[in-house]
Amino acid sequence: MEPRSPQPRSISSGRGLCSAVALLVLGGSLAACGLADVPDWSTIQPASDLSRSIQDVYKTVWFWTAGIFVVVELLLVYAIIRYRRRPGDSGVPDQVHGFTALEIAWTLVPAAILFFIAIPTVRTIFEVQQKPPADRIEIAVIGHQWWWEFEYPDLGIVTANELHLPVGRTANLALASADVIHSFWVPRLGGKRDLNPGSENKLWFTPDSVGVFIGQCAELCGTSHANMRLKVFVETADSFDAWVEQQRRPAVQDSVGLQAFLSSGCAACHAIAGTPAQAKIGPDLTKFGSRSTIASGLLANEPDQLAAWLRDPESIKPGVRMPNLNLSEERIASLVAYLRSLR
Amino acid sequence: MNAAPTDTVQHESIYSGSIASWLTTVDHKRIGVMYGATALLYFIVGGVEALIIRLQLAAPEGAVVGADAYNQLFTMHGTTMVFLVLMPLAAAMFNFLIPLMVGARDVAFPRLNAFSFWTWFFGAILLNLAFFVNQAPDAGWFGYANLTSKQYNPGLGIDFWVLSLQIMGIASIASGVNFTVTALNMRAPGMSLMRMPLFVWMALIVQILMLLAFPAITVGLIFLLFDRFFDTNFYVAAAGGTPVLWQHLFWIFGHPEVYILILPSFGIVSEILPTFSRKPLFGAPFVIFSGILIGFLGFGVWSHHMFTTGLGPIADTAFSLGTMLIAIPTGVKIFNWIGTLWGGHIVMRTPLYFAVGMVALFIVGGLSGIMHASAPIDLQQHDSYFVVAHLHYVFFGGTVFGLLAGVCYWWPKVTGRMLGEGLGKLSFWVMFLGMNLTFFPMHFLGLDGMARRIYTYPAGAGWEQWNLMATVGAFVLTLGVLLFYVNLVRSLRSGEAATPDPWDGATLEWSMSSPPPEYNFAVIPTVNSARPLWLHKYGPTRDISTHTREDGTPPQPDHPVERIELPSPSHWPLVAAAGLTLAGGGTMVGLLPVLAGVAVLVVAVYWWAFQPLERPGNPIFEPARGTE
Ligand code: HEC
Ligand SMILES: [Cu+2]
Ligand SMILES: [Cu+2]
Repeated sequence: MEPRSPQPRSISSGRGLCSAVALLVLGGSLAACGLADVPDWSTIQPASDLSRSIQDVYKTVWFWTAGIFVVVELLLVYAIIRYRRRPGDSGVPDQVHGFTALEIAWTLVPAAILFFIAIPTVRTIFEVQQKPPADRIEIAVIGHQWWWEFEYPDLGIVTANELHLPVGRTANLALASADVIHSFWVPRLGGKRDLNPGSENKLWFTPDSVGVFIGQCAELCGTSHANMRLKVFVETADSFDAWVEQQRRPAVQDSVGLQAFLSSGCAACHAIAGTPAQAKIGPDLTKFGSRSTIASGLLANEPDQLAAWLRDPESIKPGVRMPNLNLSEERIASLVAYLRSLR
Repeated sequence: MNAAPTDTVQHESIYSGSIASWLTTVDHKRIGVMYGATALLYFIVGGVEALIIRLQLAAPEGAVVGADAYNQLFTMHGTTMVFLVLMPLAAAMFNFLIPLMVGARDVAFPRLNAFSFWTWFFGAILLNLAFFVNQAPDAGWFGYANLTSKQYNPGLGIDFWVLSLQIMGIASIASGVNFTVTALNMRAPGMSLMRMPLFVWMALIVQILMLLAFPAITVGLIFLLFDRFFDTNFYVAAAGGTPVLWQHLFWIFGHPEVYILILPSFGIVSEILPTFSRKPLFGAPFVIFSGILIGFLGFGVWSHHMFTTGLGPIADTAFSLGTMLIAIPTGVKIFNWIGTLWGGHIVMRTPLYFAVGMVALFIVGGLSGIMHASAPIDLQQHDSYFVVAHLHYVFFGGTVFGLLAGVCYWWPKVTGRMLGEGLGKLSFWVMFLGMNLTFFPMHFLGLDGMARRIYTYPAGAGWEQWNLMATVGAFVLTLGVLLFYVNLVRSLRSGEAATPDPWDGATLEWSMSSPPPEYNFAVIPTVNSARPLWLHKYGPTRDISTHTREDGTPPQPDHPVERIELPSPSHWPLVAAAGLTLAGGGTMVGLLPVLAGVAVLVVAVYWWAFQPLERPGNPIFEPARGTE
């Protein structure tokens, strides 16, 4: 199998420890971890308003639950050690049946604590599901087994598996599915939201840091559920505009490559704007050459990896809906060259 | 089980007899033993599935199994552990213990009880048959529509899953009826509800939950069956159906199911802690009422599994708050358990280790549950490894440790043999270590963004060390479980004989020989307190609320003092269960087996109905001469 790590990463080896500390030591250390190298998938390294709101609730709840954990476990351990039967303990201990005042106390105290958890919870539930701000960019996300279709209706762009967003502007996602239930989840940009067949879901957030963020389908959606990843590029306004412009520029059509594409049967499933290929079963390939990965983040968009994909998609992504077309090496070479020129 | 345990009196062992006597038995004790033995076998099956999962995930890009096999493994692991291990292991204890604890000679409907067992038994086999045709179900134990539709899941796997769940559901509902009636109607004279042992209380709540929760999943499964077999469109969005409907139906069952799985352990712990602290349960009425409240509230929180489904802020708020509310009665229980230990003379025996372990681990699962009770937090934690950690602290730390505590506690009563203390404690510590090593790192995996149900993950996400640790932990845990099993086998072979009351217990099951005679009670006891045997041994007390005198109940005489007739064995429950399973499973093959199965079922039920409970050859025990 081809090497699958599409992007070189620099991950500090200390980050596992970092999250361990985050859980084990009290609240504040959690934020401090953010100063170290920022991991790609972390749920507790927020990079948008949505994930920050979630993080705030999480910190509050974490603080309370950690406190309760320590107190209750200590009481338990203390009781076991202090009251174990010792050689001198003859007869039976005091037969205490209960103590109503205590019962009331340990009903009311947790209720009060829950109150402090419930307040930020409810506030945040409404906050993150209110109407998105007016200055926003609309995106339609359609889940497929096992890839993502992204459409920018106002910009006339259709792409797959890689989402580009301008920093500081709200992204308003309309989530739908072409087949089974999927779930859109880019941990650092916010919580997940399901893509249900037959009804549309909404999710919006405003990224506040430039960077590349990784996501993963979070609802079991069949064989290659694990292989349904995505990448979000949050860019400065300028580079985002440049990307938009590039996406809208018609590709220079190399007619030999296009011929290979059409005669190999690819057009039965794929679309390339400005050509007879207009099918929507597979990802839109109009600007395929500008994407950094292939097949929802499984391969880097490099000639040899693309060739491997065309040679036998199933070996890369089990269950994949793209068949092995038994292409000749020659044909693969011209398709690779053509596809990579689509930028 | 050979060699009758050396009881003070030599009864014929209730376990001796031909295989046929097991197949036709209506004795709740033997049925309990069969439930327990089968569940402990499936525990190995579910455990092996888990180990393969952990091996696959030990390192990035694992190649132990492929994508489809992996999906089958976690589906079968979840389904097996819930329906083939935890529920039947609890059912084993309900069967064996409820009549003994309430002072009855059997359950209310002994033949229905046998039918429940065999129906469950065959349903479980049907589920696992899927492996043999290489089409195990693969849509998760929660089987979300529309991934389970014929279109997206054309094989037989989902059919096996639906049909066996449906069949086992019938078993659950039948035993729910049976034990509800047993607990409510078969109690010994004087045993008011507030004198009923805590284990029976929690069991009663579980039965009621089963009766109310299983119909929801039954409806959901019927819709699914119709979609798959008759092309209806309940879950087909394109035809106007709604896949999300399944989620509601499943979780209206699924959340109460969580309490069906945990409340037996709450009951067990509420028996063990008092016995080994040598004190009554602290705040017993509060423990009872908090159990009822948990069961009741449990029906109003199902959508906390669906915060990402997009139900809108009002629903999210209601289900978040409802879920948080459950933390209150749960906390009450935990505090009362600590209150029970407080000031006691705690006897450090193996059952106590497991019971305290259960409390300690369940606290972790309960607290992480409060985290994702908060809908915004759940948007991150849902379907991530954080939830895997949470549910295993609840189900392994809570349910399994609780049930194993019960196994250790009642083993002498069931088998007439003691378990090894040293080996028991060793198995506890190894399991405790393994459990935390396996599941605690999963919290970090979840926080680090690792999704559930993925058979592979890329290198460099920072998940390697936690996954490796969890895999190592899984093997440590396995070792602990094996030590536990070795202890069981050793005890059966050469364990020290158990006295009737090895732990200095308080409740009625300790008042007769170990194992109990076939008729349980030579004399039906009269009960004047919640701790009849204890008060007999340590003197009467006054009831704290009514200030009336509470007396003990003496242990059972060695021989019947009156003529005791027990219901006669019957093979019709077994035949009826076989017919039912044939009819259900046959739908995957064709009309003929279905008709054959229905015919067998109808004939069996007919003969069963007209077979008198007492007839020539049923077990009769005459009072021994001179014991009047
Ligand atoms: C039967 C439909 C079908 C045919 C025919 C087909 N594809 Fe695909 N293709 C797909 C699907 C579906 C995917 C998405 C796979 C995934 O990631 O799960 C895909 C993915 C791809 C991708 C990766 C796109 C991305 O952005 O990740 C490329 C490149 C591609 N196909 C090229 C081709 C070429 C070239 C041909 C013709 C030789 C072809 N496909 C024929 C269905 C098809
Ligand atoms: Cu998906
Ligand atoms: Cu739940």
